[in-house]
Amino acid sequence: MSEYKSGSNLEKVLKAGHFAFTGECGPPQGANVEKLKEKAQHLKGMVDAVNVTDNQTAVVRMSSWAASLILLQEGLEPNFQMVCRDRNRLAIQSDILGVYSHGIRNMLCLSGDHQKFGNHPQAKNVYDIDSMQLIHAVKTMRDEGVFLNGEKIDVPPRLFIGAACNPFADPFEFRVYRLAKKIDAGADFIQTQCIYNMDKFREFMKRVVDMGLHEKCYILAGVTPMKSIGMARYMAKQVPGMDVPDSLIKRLQGAGKGKVAEEGIKFALEQIEEFKEMEGVAGVHLMAIEWEHRVPEIAERAGMLPRPKL
Amino acid sequence: MIVAEQKPIKEVWEMVKDYEKVLVIGCKGCVTVCNVGGAKEVGVLASLLRIAANKNGKTMEVGEATLERQCDPEYIEEVRDIIGEYDAVVSIACGVGPQFLSERYPQSRIFPGLNTKFMGGAIEHGVWSERCAGCGTCVVHYFGGLCPIARCSKSLLNGPCGGSSGGKCEISKEVDCIWDLIVRKLMEQGRLDELRQFRPPKDWTTARDGGPRTMIREELVK
Repeated sequence: MSEYKSGSNLEKVLKAGHFAFTGECGPPQGANVEKLKEKAQHLKGMVDAVNVTDNQTAVVRMSSWAASLILLQEGLEPNFQMVCRDRNRLAIQSDILGVYSHGIRNMLCLSGDHQKFGNHPQAKNVYDIDSMQLIHAVKTMRDEGVFLNGEKIDVPPRLFIGAACNPFADPFEFRVYRLAKKIDAGADFIQTQCIYNMDKFREFMKRVVDMGLHEKCYILAGVTPMKSIGMARYMAKQVPGMDVPDSLIKRLQGAGKGKVAEEGIKFALEQIEEFKEMEGVAGVHLMAIEWEHRVPEIAERAGMLPRPKL
Repeated sequence: MIVAEQKPIKEVWEMVKDYEKVLVIGCKGCVTVCNVGGAKEVGVLASLLRIAANKNGKTMEVGEATLERQCDPEYIEEVRDIIGEYDAVVSIACGVGPQFLSERYPQSRIFPGLNTKFMGGAIEHGVWSERCAGCGTCVVHYFGGLCPIARCSKSLLNGPCGGSSGGKCEISKEVDCIWDLIVRKLMEQGRLDELRQFRPPKDWTTARDGGPRTMIREELVK
């Protein structure tokens, strides 16, 4: 038996005690493989693993497993995302077997945005199992070698199990317990929602550390640089569970014309510097939404390069 | 009506065995009609709990009440004077009852005594059958007045699947294939052509898939 749960690059980086750096890549709204490959090239060598989103915001895109395979062929390590909205427990388990068979080693387990937010609001949702149960299922498949029904798996999938955590959703008091529950269910690593309210995140991490959760699981802090004031306002008002303080919007406004994006990156870099020192934070998850080409610059300026080779 | 069934007495007993004063509350609505939650059943459950308490050497006082309806705050009010005297309450209404009681009496511990099954009716004495899935957009007129959303195991809208056999559904010989009935009915009426029309994917926003539902009738809101 290997010393690793999955042997993924991300797992090795974290286990070796390096400050991890993960990125994100949204599949195309079509079969535009070239576009996906181009996005991927920007991230190559810049991050330890790349999250491949699964019909994010309930908008139909190339399936996350298929896009993950393309990234794998391009020499990147995917973090395959799966939501519970579109699959029942049969499809969930068979897709897990499928991605593992093709060499995928990281998986992020999510509930998924409600279809109301997407481009097929008429759809029926599945939610046969929830994200907590999904985490537990992947762990049971890996560690017990059985399906949800208890039947034995002929070669179980060995995945490094990720989960999300939003410290900014309500009720705040329960968020740390929900995180604890995800860890108990089987999460090996956590990627948080985009952080903008640093005061609140510091308070959250204090509670995490007080409960010793950071010793049971790797916590990656979510960072999304603001590209514009419009984006900041949109995030503040339209995106559920997002906490964008007025002070940040004022700071971006104060940057002056043509300098807002740079100010957004500066704020992100300051955050990353603080996360490097913050107790309980094991890395950063950079979600540069439709801004993949800026990732090399951000990685460089954040002192994240070169990435460890293990 | 909403059709429900009694939870096994063992399960109800496990819920309330550590309480000394238990109130069983019935409902004179649907669950009285389907013989699981009316005044008579309140009496039966109360007796069963007393017997179980005796058998287990526990002291339990069991009170009885039956409300006009448990889905109406006005009637939920009827137990305000007595509910505080009890440590636990068992509601034998559909799933609405225990929730309306819990909302109205936040200090009380409320337990469900029934399992709510479906919306349907009695097809013969003692036999109830599902008819409606509450999808929020009724389309039974396309299907000879028979609902494939509630009554086809796969909610198919464009005809019977390959598992239909001898008028029965592939999941069980006990289950009628509703599509077999729809097809036969429209054949008899000479309207089979109507079933050849493609039915596009349904808009599920009006069903539970669109999120928990509220209905507002402005003219009735005070």
